[in-house]
Amino acid sequence: MSIYWNRKDLLGLRELSAHEINFILETADAFKQVGTREVKKVPALRGKTLINFFVEPSTRTRTSFELAAHRLSADVINISATTSSLTKGETLKDTARNLQALHADILVLRHSSAGAPQFLAERLKSSVINAGDGAHEHPTQGLLDIYTIREKRGKIDNLHVVIIGDILFSRVARSNIFGLTKLGARVTLVGPSTLVPREFEKLGVAVSNQIDKVLPDADVVNLLRIQHERQRKEYFPGIGEYTTLFGLTKERAKLLKPDCLVMHPGPINRGVEIDSEVADGLQSVILDQVTNGLAVRMAVLYLCGGIAT
Amino acid sequence: MIIRNGRVIDPANKRDDVIDLAMVDGKISERSEIRNQETETIDAKGLIVAPGLIDMHVHLREPGFGHKETIESGARAAAAGGFTTIVCMPNTSPAADNPATIAWIKDRAKETAGVNILPTGAISKNIAGEELALIGSLGRAGVVAITDDGHCVQNHELMRRAVEYARMVGLPVLDHCQDYNLVGNGVVNEGYWSTLLGLPGWPAAGEEAIVMRNILLAELCDHHIHCQHISAAGSVRFIREARARGVKISGEVCPHHIALTDEAIQNFDTNYKMNPPLRAKADVDAILEGIADGTLSILCSDHAPHAGFEKEVEFDQAPFGIVGLETELGLFIDLLVHKHRKIDIKHLIKMYTVEPAKLLNLDAGTLSAGAPADVTLIDPDLDWTVKIDQFQSLSRNSPFDGWKLKGRAVRTIVGGKTVWSL
Amino acid sequence: MDEKKHNSGVPVMDAEAIRRALRRIAHEIIEQNGDLKSVVLAGIPLRGVEVARRLAEFIRQVAKIDIETGTIDVAMHRDDVGTRAELPIVHASKLPLPLEHRTVIIVDDVLFTGRTARAAMDAISSFGRPARIQLAALVDRGHRELPIRADYVGKNLPTATREQIQVRLQNVDKEPDAVWLFKE
Repeated sequence: MSIYWNRKDLLGLRELSAHEINFILETADAFKQVGTREVKKVPALRGKTLINFFVEPSTRTRTSFELAAHRLSADVINISATTSSLTKGETLKDTARNLQALHADILVLRHSSAGAPQFLAERLKSSVINAGDGAHEHPTQGLLDIYTIREKRGKIDNLHVVIIGDILFSRVARSNIFGLTKLGARVTLVGPSTLVPREFEKLGVAVSNQIDKVLPDADVVNLLRIQHERQRKEYFPGIGEYTTLFGLTKERAKLLKPDCLVMHPGPINRGVEIDSEVADGLQSVILDQVTNGLAVRMAVLYLCGGIAT
Repeated sequence: MIIRNGRVIDPANKRDDVIDLAMVDGKISERSEIRNQETETIDAKGLIVAPGLIDMHVHLREPGFGHKETIESGARAAAAGGFTTIVCMPNTSPAADNPATIAWIKDRAKETAGVNILPTGAISKNIAGEELALIGSLGRAGVVAITDDGHCVQNHELMRRAVEYARMVGLPVLDHCQDYNLVGNGVVNEGYWSTLLGLPGWPAAGEEAIVMRNILLAELCDHHIHCQHISAAGSVRFIREARARGVKISGEVCPHHIALTDEAIQNFDTNYKMNPPLRAKADVDAILEGIADGTLSILCSDHAPHAGFEKEVEFDQAPFGIVGLETELGLFIDLLVHKHRKIDIKHLIKMYTVEPAKLLNLDAGTLSAGAPADVTLIDPDLDWTVKIDQFQSLSRNSPFDGWKLKGRAVRTIVGGKTVWSL
Repeated sequence: MDEKKHNSGVPVMDAEAIRRALRRIAHEIIEQNGDLKSVVLAGIPLRGVEVARRLAEFIRQVAKIDIETGTIDVAMHRDDVGTRAELPIVHASKLPLPLEHRTVIIVDDVLFTGRTARAAMDAISSFGRPARIQLAALVDRGHRELPIRADYVGKNLPTATREQIQVRLQNVDKEPDAVWLFKE
């Protein structure tokens, strides 16, 4: 595998080729090893400045990027929506230009508007890494999910991956769909028909509301967090009914093949989309996802941040 | 002024001949009245001589939003697009829901505008959809129609009463068809692309539901309702069936709804964000059929200028709309007459003259003797490239920069005087 | 590095010369290291790993000892990330732990500016603190930019900086073993 990476930004998985995705995963293999050393640090991004610009808040993703940057010896600054001047009415474009004037090399952006990272990437010299834009994409999450599957099952193609939950509003689901289908996996989406419309079939995946029929055939089950907040009130009647119909309860988990992986991007709603025991059970690779997230993010920062400008 | 050698297309009088057209004292005249001295002569060989075109859906932004466009700059843009009459929408600040604002607009137009500006008034107070606006007084102040464009009255009962009231004062009702509940915070057509990109969808049913509402009310109240900027196949179907039964309903088309599909949004370029949104090919095809069979009878732009900094933001934050006065004619001739061959140039001219004039009861849209000398000269085969930095409009929010089109207005004459020429 | 057609290059070492050079290095390693069990031959991917493998094979034949081998990826330790036109490919590193009390011999195919060797030492230090670090290179072509010297050299090849040295090893390149010199 010897294609070279020439993108300064990572905006999503939809535009990457299968080659490029595999290249990132192989690079992540190397960086995962760094986490086992005594000195968990390499100088690859020494002298570079990385800004975590989380207009939409997140602790875990931000921490993961921050740690990845530190391990690459980059300098890290964290800006959140409340601490930024966006609250004073400054436009996104002006905020970003100010950041670039500080010679930020890499901008990791999480934003509630789809397309915001692309907007900045087109206007800034800095590398822009999408840490989640609205319901559009969360490419590093998609990559670490795929990395984990590949690590545990040795391959991606022809595996049956089942993603369960609020797909319509999920950037994690979309990135997974794009990446997995590109690498040859068979994907089935499961959830209430209001949140998993048939339109998704045009993306090359199967759609089902019959979770009990789908689970026995799954090689991987990826559960998405479900919330019954204001914007979803009209889409399903409540958490209780959701769990009854679609939760991966202890009982339902018995339908799974013994080597089926159970995944979740976190944070977990114990007892809602997944029972506590299943989350902590032998098939769960949820904690591996977190470890792998660090390696994948180091790989992404290394590849994008290292492009000569 | 006398225009020689042009192909005079005057659908109102069923004329299509290569003859001379004379204008005296701001009115179309018989040729015999021309005195030869001081008569400006224009050679229109190879050109079409049409009644001055009417765009009945334009946002001029004054009062209140002069940074996007002014009545003066909008008028210049209209002239550059070949339009002698434009009808402006009431979503200004303050809204055009009272006679004082209408008077202000008319004065401003008289002072600064090179083309005819006809205001519309609001249906509801402050365009809030809750109480009737002063529709009668607006009529007296000189509006040509009422509309809440930009918004849509959701309360069907209120809309019914507005239509009945408008019937009393003789004003047509125009409606921007959008069901707020079905649409929610949709920003792009609900379909494959919105699903792929994770953007909130604006389903076609959100427009079709209100088109159906308007058909029912047009029948119930026996008064004309005109559905603005039709974008969805279902809307075309409903209007076709209703018109076949004689219901007083009509629809208009903006060029972007046939020039583009929702595939264009995938780079999150806000120049492709309009309301109603760009839709799928099936919708484009249905609209083309609707134009060809006369279901959709009027062409317009929904010219919606926005400043650069307003559009250069995150996709879901950006205001809807694009400018259109300076590209609409070129796009429609290129797509309808040349590319898709759905209608001939005569029919296109009819959709820009006779039809809006009939709907709005205007003394315009014809080349009859004694009519105002508003004339548009068109070269239907002129190849040109859209260059947005040469626009007369104050705003540049257009997705058509660089488009190569065939067909363009080459001279715009208002009241017997040239207000623009290529 | 551009792969040039071989017919514009000159072979300066053939398979036999390479074999003899590596066997001599193997002997030198055995001579200079009393306790071979504490030695690690750490190859730099790709060809350094193959050279280390062959050295280990020679040492096994001569001293009847299975010497430890490992891999040190230097790509993420280079000091020129962001200035190179292409991003070097990274590989996972693997060294037997702990490194204290061990002698780590960095093994590479060509020693040139010394920056790769420096990056390798940097990488090793993130694993631990070996008792000694040494350097073995199949070819030393001169033009050091840092104070680095090799402890074991297969062949000294003075070159001009414009010239290129390329090593081909059967297992890696699927071509016969050879060292090629390209005058630009």
